[in-house]
Amino acid sequence: MKTDSSKSNLPDKSHATIELLRELVAHLRQHRTELREEWARRITEAKLLTAMSKDEIFAEATSVYDNYVEALETGTFEALQAYARNLSERIIPRGVQTDEVVGIVLLLRDVLARSLFAKYQTDFNLLNRILDAYEPAANRIANTVAVGFVQERERIIRQQQEAIRELSTPVLPVRERLLILPIIGVIDPQRARQLTEQLLRGIRANRARVVVIDITGVAAIDSHVANHLVQTVEASRLLGATVIVTGLSPEIAQTLVNIGVDLGKMNTVGDLQGGIEEAERLLGYKVAPIQDSAHQVVVAS
Amino acid sequence: MAVPILKQSHYLIATIQAALTDADLVELRDALVARVGKFRSRGVIVDVTALDVLDSFASRTLRDIACMIRLRGAETVIVGIQPEVAFTMVQMGITLEDVPTVLDLEEGLAHLERKSRH
Amino acid sequence: MSKIKVEACVSVASDTDIVNARRQGRALADHIGFSSSEATLIATAISELARNIVHYARDGEILVGMVNGDSCPGISITARDSGPGIPELKRVMLEGFSTSGGMGLGLPGVRRIMDEFNIESQVGKGTTVTAIKWKR
Repeated sequence: MKTDSSKSNLPDKSHATIELLRELVAHLRQHRTELREEWARRITEAKLLTAMSKDEIFAEATSVYDNYVEALETGTFEALQAYARNLSERIIPRGVQTDEVVGIVLLLRDVLARSLFAKYQTDFNLLNRILDAYEPAANRIANTVAVGFVQERERIIRQQQEAIRELSTPVLPVRERLLILPIIGVIDPQRARQLTEQLLRGIRANRARVVVIDITGVAAIDSHVANHLVQTVEASRLLGATVIVTGLSPEIAQTLVNIGVDLGKMNTVGDLQGGIEEAERLLGYKVAPIQDSAHQVVVAS
Repeated sequence: MAVPILKQSHYLIATIQAALTDADLVELRDALVARVGKFRSRGVIVDVTALDVLDSFASRTLRDIACMIRLRGAETVIVGIQPEVAFTMVQMGITLEDVPTVLDLEEGLAHLERKSRH
Repeated sequence: MSKIKVEACVSVASDTDIVNARRQGRALADHIGFSSSEATLIATAISELARNIVHYARDGEILVGMVNGDSCPGISITARDSGPGIPELKRVMLEGFSTSGGMGLGLPGVRRIMDEFNIESQVGKGTTVTAIKWKR
């Protein structure tokens, strides 16, 4: 999102408007202490920023206030933008929501507007002109802060999605030449593609001959993903590995049959345990108890 | 001949070294089908590890090799298909059904050993 | 469609040209930053399109280029020839249909592995296929 923050002097900003803004800024500087306190009080009253302590709110309120006045004075929004992003970075991990951020900026706008009312109420004409100068700048500031917050939030979400995607597709070697791929959660086309690529690389790296794909943790799949699953099974075979799919829920079984997926190519076993047993059989292992011990070991046949 | 064919005991091993033209592939097919009789081989291994593309023509030729070799009384196994190549093939709709495929040369030899024991 | 910036033009008349065309395509795909899986898809698509030229039109050319989408760059492949054209375009795009004894996966396969696919053919005048893969 681009804001033409560097050249933000509004084209119709007349000399008179600049004069008015200067007067306004002087007023806000002069009454900094009480206006800031009034704002912090109203934030608490409105139960915004509840994740933060009173002192923290006051400290942030001071910074926002100063940045706000500065943006009004200079008409440039870069410093405010940078500050908004920095603030967002700090408060997002604490669970502060978009409506809270928008809420506090609108509260500040309100507090300042009321103070302007109080000061200029005797001169209705001047008040009007002051507000005409103040409103557009104030709106712009509110917009800048809100957009900065949302952008930062989106960036964090993207980052987390990336991380989750990486974490949620582990290819686990459990025995020589046997891989397990437990899939949990929602599979979208992008994740499905990533899963397949990771699995195929895993097969080659581990010289796997059997792969168990467990989809117990998958609630539903659509036809696109189902076809992708079939493709994964076929691609694994081209690398010389047999795939066993386990943990198909009743819903998924119904979906697969309804959309007419070619199940002939799919080797399915009820649950993960059964899948591993089948895999061991294919690899020529058999599991037997040791004579004088209750432990079980795997013996190559 | 673009692809060297080695004879190792009962087997023929063709190791593709670089990208092949269609003519090279056809030449490989004809050479394998001829030599499998000449050497009375029981099995053929085609190693495609070096191939970065297996398109519909190459896949069809590999399938043809396997069918013809079977008609000549021997087994074929394709070894070394790269993960990216396998992924592309299935997306294209190429599955090489009926053609045995295994991971690498070592697995290919083991596969042929198992087959000839039966 | 966005503007295509052609990076390489390979004339295709023999099967060594097929290999050359797909090599150039892979190089450009790597340059744009496609993953190795995607670069393989792109090289395979070029291979199919180039072979169609050699088989059906004898000669033609493959153009590979960069293209800018709304949110991401992409690679575009154009295969054009002045060959006999395709009289039964609809049937050719059906899976399993081939007039040269192939598996009939060529064009439908390319359509499946690329993100965008367009074919124009006029009998007696020639065929132009354009396909794009976006880098997501």
